[in-house]
Order: sequence, then C-alpha cells, then structure tokens
Amino acid sequence: MQAAVDKNADSSEWIEIGHINDIPKLGARVVSAGDFNIAVFRTDNDEIFALRDECPHKGGPLSQGIVHGKKVACPLHDWKIHLDSGEAVEPDEGCAASYPVRIDGDAVYLSLTPKKGCPNK
Amino acid sequence: MKEKLVLIGNGMAGVRALENLLELEPDMYDITVFGSEPYGNYNRILLSPVLTGEKTIDEIMLNDDAWYAENNITLHKGKTVTKIDRKQRKVIADDGTEVEYDRLLIATGSHPFIIPVPGHDLPGVIAFRDINDVDFMLAAAKEHRHAVVIGGGLLGLEAAYGLIQQGMKVTVIHLMDTLMERQMDSAAGKMLKKSLEARGLEFLLAASTKEIIGKKRVQGVLLEDGREVTADLVVMAVGIRPNIDLAKSAKLHCERGLVVSDTMQTYDPRVYALGECVQHRNEVYGLVAPLFEQAKVCANHLAHLGYARYEGSMTSTKLKVTGIDLFSAGDFHGDEDTEEVVMQDVAGGVYKKIVIRDNKIIGAVMYGDTVDGAWYFQLMRDGTDISDMRNHLLYGQAHLGDSGHGGENAVMAMSDDMEICGCNGVCKGDIVKAITTKGLFTLDDVRAHTKASSSCGSCTGLVEQLLATTLGSDYSDSPSKTPMCPCTDHPHDEVRTGIVANQIKTIPEVMKHFEWKTENGCPKCRPALNYYLVCAWPDTYKDDGQSRFINERAHANIQGDGTYSVIPRMWGGMTTPQELRAVADAAEKFNIDTVHVTGGQRIGLYGLKKEELPAVWDDLNKAGMVSGHAYGKALRTVKTCVGKEWCRFGTQDSTGLGIELEKMSWGSWMPHKFKMAASGCPRNCAEATIKDFGVVCVDSGYEIHVGGNGGIKVRATDFLCNVSTEEEVIEYSAAYIQLYREEAHYLERTAPWIERIGLSHIKEQVVDDKVNRKKLAERFHFSQKFSQDDPWKQRAKGADAHEFTTLKQVG
Repeated sequence: MQAAVDKNADSSEWIEIGHINDIPKLGARVVSAGDFNIAVFRTDNDEIFALRDECPHKGGPLSQGIVHGKKVACPLHDWKIHLDSGEAVEPDEGCAASYPVRIDGDAVYLSLTPKKGCPNK
Repeated sequence: MKEKLVLIGNGMAGVRALENLLELEPDMYDITVFGSEPYGNYNRILLSPVLTGEKTIDEIMLNDDAWYAENNITLHKGKTVTKIDRKQRKVIADDGTEVEYDRLLIATGSHPFIIPVPGHDLPGVIAFRDINDVDFMLAAAKEHRHAVVIGGGLLGLEAAYGLIQQGMKVTVIHLMDTLMERQMDSAAGKMLKKSLEARGLEFLLAASTKEIIGKKRVQGVLLEDGREVTADLVVMAVGIRPNIDLAKSAKLHCERGLVVSDTMQTYDPRVYALGECVQHRNEVYGLVAPLFEQAKVCANHLAHLGYARYEGSMTSTKLKVTGIDLFSAGDFHGDEDTEEVVMQDVAGGVYKKIVIRDNKIIGAVMYGDTVDGAWYFQLMRDGTDISDMRNHLLYGQAHLGDSGHGGENAVMAMSDDMEICGCNGVCKGDIVKAITTKGLFTLDDVRAHTKASSSCGSCTGLVEQLLATTLGSDYSDSPSKTPMCPCTDHPHDEVRTGIVANQIKTIPEVMKHFEWKTENGCPKCRPALNYYLVCAWPDTYKDDGQSRFINERAHANIQGDGTYSVIPRMWGGMTTPQELRAVADAAEKFNIDTVHVTGGQRIGLYGLKKEELPAVWDDLNKAGMVSGHAYGKALRTVKTCVGKEWCRFGTQDSTGLGIELEKMSWGSWMPHKFKMAASGCPRNCAEATIKDFGVVCVDSGYEIHVGGNGGIKVRATDFLCNVSTEEEVIEYSAAYIQLYREEAHYLERTAPWIERIGLSHIKEQVVDDKVNRKKLAERFHFSQKFSQDDPWKQRAKGADAHEFTTLKQVG
C-alpha cells in the first residue's frame, strides 16, 4: 500500500478516518470537516488521495466523479483533476486543495492541514 | 545511453511527429533538428492571412525557440543538410556540422515548381511558399502596382487575393479554362470566377505563358497567343514538387517522392520520412491533414510501440478567401457508373453537387453554402449508405444547433462576440483566437482548449465550420475509423462485436483484449464499456458502479449545486390520490422547496441531500412508487393522452397501451435515454412523433413511429409501419428497443442512430423479418428479467450504503 505522505505535516494532526476498504476502488468517500468536505479517493492500485471536495471550476463535488488512473472527472462539467496535486489537467487551469493522507495497516489517516502550493479553494 | 534521433526539416510535419513522440516517450531520444529557414516552426497554412495583413508572422509561430529548449532538442536553424552518410549513420550540414543518428527522420517538404520559360529567373519572379516570399510580396506591393499570378489553383488564388488586399492590380493567368479545376467542376469554377472578379481580380483563362519579359527585373508576361500583360511582380503558383534531392543522393528509393511504407519507413528501416516529400501508396500529399495522420504513425514507431499503420488519407479542400465559401472532396467529376445530385442557384450564389456510386457518396463540390461539407465528407469517409436520405441529402444535415442559434448558420457572417457554444458561453472570437494562437487543428483540440462543443454538442457543426474557415484546406475532422475515445484505437462497433464474439465478461478484460492505452480508461469509455457488457450479458454481468456517472450510481440526478432530485415513476402519466399524498408528504417531511411537474408527466422533488435519498425513496416505496430512472441512460417515460376512455376523438385505449409499454420496458439500460408516447388519435396530444418510439392510434389500429427527438435538435419520427393489435405494438416495440440496445453506440440517441444506419435497416430487422423480430423481442424480455428490480427499494433497504453516507465527521 502506498499513500501520498507529506513529511512536513505534524503527526499529531493525523485523524483516523476509516478502513481502506470503506472506500470503493476507483471511487471516493466524503469526510465532512464542518464548513467543507474533503473527498478521499482510492485508485485501482489502492493509493489513497484526499482533495477538497470542490472542483476549481464551479465547485462541483469531485467525490462524485469517475476515478481513472490518478485523475478524477468532475461530475458537473467533466474537468479532470490530478488526484496527487489537485491541479486541473491542462489546458484547464485551477487547483483543489490537497490533504496529506497516511495508511497504517488498513487504517487510513488524514491531516486537515492542506499541502502547500494550492489555494485552499 | 539514449538513442539519437535526427530530424531533417523543421516544418509542420516533422515537428508534429516530434510532438507526438514526446507525448508518448519524452525521454527516449537525444533529438537534433535541422531547418534551412532561420525561424522556428511556423504554421505554413496561415501564410495567406499574413499576406492579406489579417495576421502577423509572430501570430503563426507554432514552436518558438523556447519550445526546443524546454524539450532538450538541439535546433540548427538556417542550416541545410547536404549529405546523409547511411553507413556511418550521420548527417552533414552545409556549414560542416555533423550529427550521428540511430534513427533518422526526413521531412524535407516540397518546393514550388517554377515553369522554365525564358525570364523565369528575373528579379521580381517568385513563388508563394515561405515567409521570405510573403515578405517579398509585401515589400513589392508597397512599391509596385501590377502583379501577375501564374496558376489559378488554390494557392494561386490565395496569393492573388492577398495581393489585391495589399492594393495591387492583379491578373491571374491560368492554363485551364476553369479555376481550381482539380478541386472544382466548371459550374462551381464559373461562380468562383464571378465573385473573385467582383473583388477586383482579372483572369486570363486557357492562357499559356510563353515568356517572362523584362531587362533588369520583370516587366511583363507574354502569352503563347501573343497577348502581353504588364507586371512588376510575378508569382508562380503552378504546383509543388517533393524535395527529394537529398534522399536521392543518399540512394534512398525515390519515385515522384521518397517512397515510404505504411509504417512511414523508407527502404532503409532506420530512416523514416513523412510530409510533402514522401510518396505513399503512389500518392503525394500537399495538405496538412494527411501529414498529421502520418506524424502520428511515425511517432508510434519511433516510440517502439510498433502497431500504428498509415493507410492513406482522403482529403477535402476549402479556399481561404474571406467571404467565399467553397468546399470539395473526393471524385466530384464522376463517370458513367455514377449518379449526380445537383442544386444550382446562380443568382443566389449557391451550388452543390454530390456524386454517388452504389448509394455511397464518392465526391462533393459546394459553392456559396458549405455548411454541410464536413457532413458529406464524413459520410464519404464512413462509406455510409445514403439511400434513405437521398431525397433530402442536398438540404444538408441541418446538424448545426437549432437551439440558441436562431437558425443562424453562416458562421463567417457572425461577429466575434456572438455566442457559438450556448452551454459553455464560448464566443466565435474565443474559438478563432484559440485556433490561431494555440495552433489547434481538430475538433478535439478546440473542445479541450475552449470547451466549445464539449457539452451538448449541438454547436459541433459551427465549430467545425470555424475550424474549416480558419484553417482552410488543412482542417480535417476525425479519421474515418473514429476510436471510442483517446484510450483506444478501436471504434465502438469493433469493441461491441468483439465483446460478444470473444465472450469478454469484464471491463478490465475488454481493456486487455483491445490493448487499451490507459490504466483504467476514462469517463468516456468506462460507462460505454459497462453498458456494452450489461447489454451483452444481462444474466451474469456484475454492474460496475464506479464506471457509471454519478446519476446512475446514486439513482438520482445531481444538480448544479450538488444536491439531487427524486422523480418517481407514474405509469403512463397516470397517478392516484395515494401517490400524490405520498409525494406531498415526502416534500413536507424533507423540506423540499421545489416540486415540479416534469415534461414527462411526472412529479419531481428537487434539492435533496444525498444522505436523505434512501429515506425519501423508502417513503415513496411504501406508497407503491418506484424509481422513474429520470437520471439514467434508460427507459424514461411513456407519455399518454386519455384516449378513447374519455376523449371524444379517441380511437384506442392509448393510456392502457402506454402503461403496458412502460411496465414492459422500465428498468432497462439503454445507449442513451429513451422516451416513448402513445396518442389516442392523429391529433397526437402525447406528442408521439418526437419520441424515440411513438404510437399514434388510428381507427384501424396503430401507427408506429421511431427515431424522434424533441431535444437539442428537433427531429420528427420516421414512420415504421401500421399494426392492428396492441400485442403487435408490444412485440414491435420490444424488438425495436433491443435492436437499438444492441447496435447503437453508447450516448447515441435513436435519432442520430437512425440517421447513421438508415431506416431501411430497421425495417429489415423489425418489420420484414418476422423471425428476427421475435428473437429480438425475446432477447429484450430475457434481459428485462434481470433489470426490473427497483434500485430505490434495494438502496432504501441498505444496498450501496457507502454511497449515501459520509465516511467520517471530523470538523
């Protein structure tokens, strides 16, 4: 199992959000963080990624899109977003905030401090 | 160590091959490029607009120096390769530069043919080929008055028109008696001549040049018949010849061009070639579209993939002269075995001719109104049987969007701020700018960069026209064998038949069998494959929810704000007080603000959170209501009128028939949404003639209509047949639905499906062949055994719970 680990994240922030099998392969689940949602994706190779659940285009819920490779297609207007960086696939421009994820055994942990490099939107 | 790749010729074809190669294998080669011209790679097609002053050189650059640097390509600008040493595998340039290669790519292009008449080498005599020529013409236009263009072909006319725009007096001398005789017949040629004359051009047709006269520089042109024309500038545009001197000197086999195989290899397998310098299957191409097809194949082999083949191209022509629309493709002259369909309106300036052999289009010429050029070209490339559309072929597909465009179809007459794509708010100016500044060549390019035509598709025709008018002859739409999506080279039909023939049972197996190029496909192919498998193996296939769009995965329609709608089925548009009460109770209980009567005779509840859906469904289930599949590529509604039970005009029980049709077909997955209707009399209150399947009851029985659409583009149904009993209606509809399910491409409504395959095909399968009709109907009923299980009920009872719950609340 692999995960996108951000070494800068403070380990005290890790929140256990569930078992890896709670998330369907090539699918996503939603973690509610109060004011906003975070989409947690699982690829075909069991990589886990977390993005703010808002497409940079018109705010569509990325968690509801079709996951393919390391990308998700927004369900509203079919923008493709890279799961690792949150960046829109060219030529579209925009970025969904990306959150560090860690896997320990089968447990999935999430940090609520977004990675740098993308506005939290 | 990396292999070394050398490209000779820094033009559109060669550099396009490099671009394609870098997409496939960014790090496989050390790449060196030699180019004789002192520029990066520019868009040669747009030289005409530079000449007319509509564009500048900078605007037509495709790859600047930075591009070569970014991709670690060594570019030798202004250096001409003079020798290829195939033994030592190196090339030598005129300045002595030597570079070794493991693979060599020759794309030396072509040069203009200069007629060797006396005086052809006088100063002031030039060709129209590169930036130098354009610069020369622009300079000449400032100082001189009289220009002669020799050659009344595509390039010659564009040059002549450009020079007129620059203020010169221009005479075109042409050997034949028709302009552009290779692209047009004489009727269209005459109309073209007339409108060019109106723009100030003068023509001398059937005129042969004897000599170019002048002392220090050109002063005039003398014709064989003794006439003389004054000229300060002579542009020779009589054709191009492949540049093969270098290849010949390297003893590579050449005929008219450098001969290549279907893999774009010369007789030396280390040496590839493409573009205007090559000869493939005896053809030499001078337009950009085929060169791009060659570039793709070339890159595929350079990247060691080794499966692509170039099998030749069909080309079409458009003239880039503002305000003149002309289009031609294929064999438009015809012979004894061909038929012609012609429309000619001289005063209106419209001429269309379509040449047909064995019910297939083999050529077309159009002048004045070229809106449907792309459509005819597609029919030609696909080899579509046009017998069913013969009568209205000339009137065009009218495939330009009707909605939102007010019937406007002359795209050139539109101003830049007019909206082309109503879905995504893209204006004409945005598209034209993207085409020219970003170097776009295909519909897919435009879709990716501007989003135009990427939603409902109704403006596709307009975008194709813009591509065609902006790029001229060099625009080419998708290849004749259109792949399902960029993940594969296989078209829909191949994949569908392959699934059945090879007993393929899962999406990963399909992808493996057909050598998919991506890991898990994309949002285009995955839902299609899932449907094809559902359709092929209704009893055993396990539906893959992750390959369905959210609407079908969640069994509700996602709305713009991320909430969902719920629309329960109301059989045949009938309802009861109990059902209405259940709907009203649910609306109150879940605080639903919007309750809407839908176009399909049902009631929709809007604004629900996803988590609430199973509870709403449970309440509706308790009143006996089930999913209306308003969210699916599935049977939607069966609209009815009250029929003879109430209506004084009613001839049959249309309501009962509608309910029966809906009970039979609900729950079935389809290539696209599917709507039916049954009207009790020819007044047709249920609007059956714009449905996918419509029944109009008459005194003697039932008229069956198919292939209607009231949406993006209105299409009235085609009449299929009359039957006399309800049982027959049911059987015919089951058979027709199954034929559509088995043969249409995913996301193809019945209207375009029928236009693609022809109504006769459906008549043969469903009406004429009784045994086949029964078999089709049986297959549909068999499949329905596995699909008529209310998805709402399953989920209200806990199925797919993960879909409707959050994973965790953390904030």
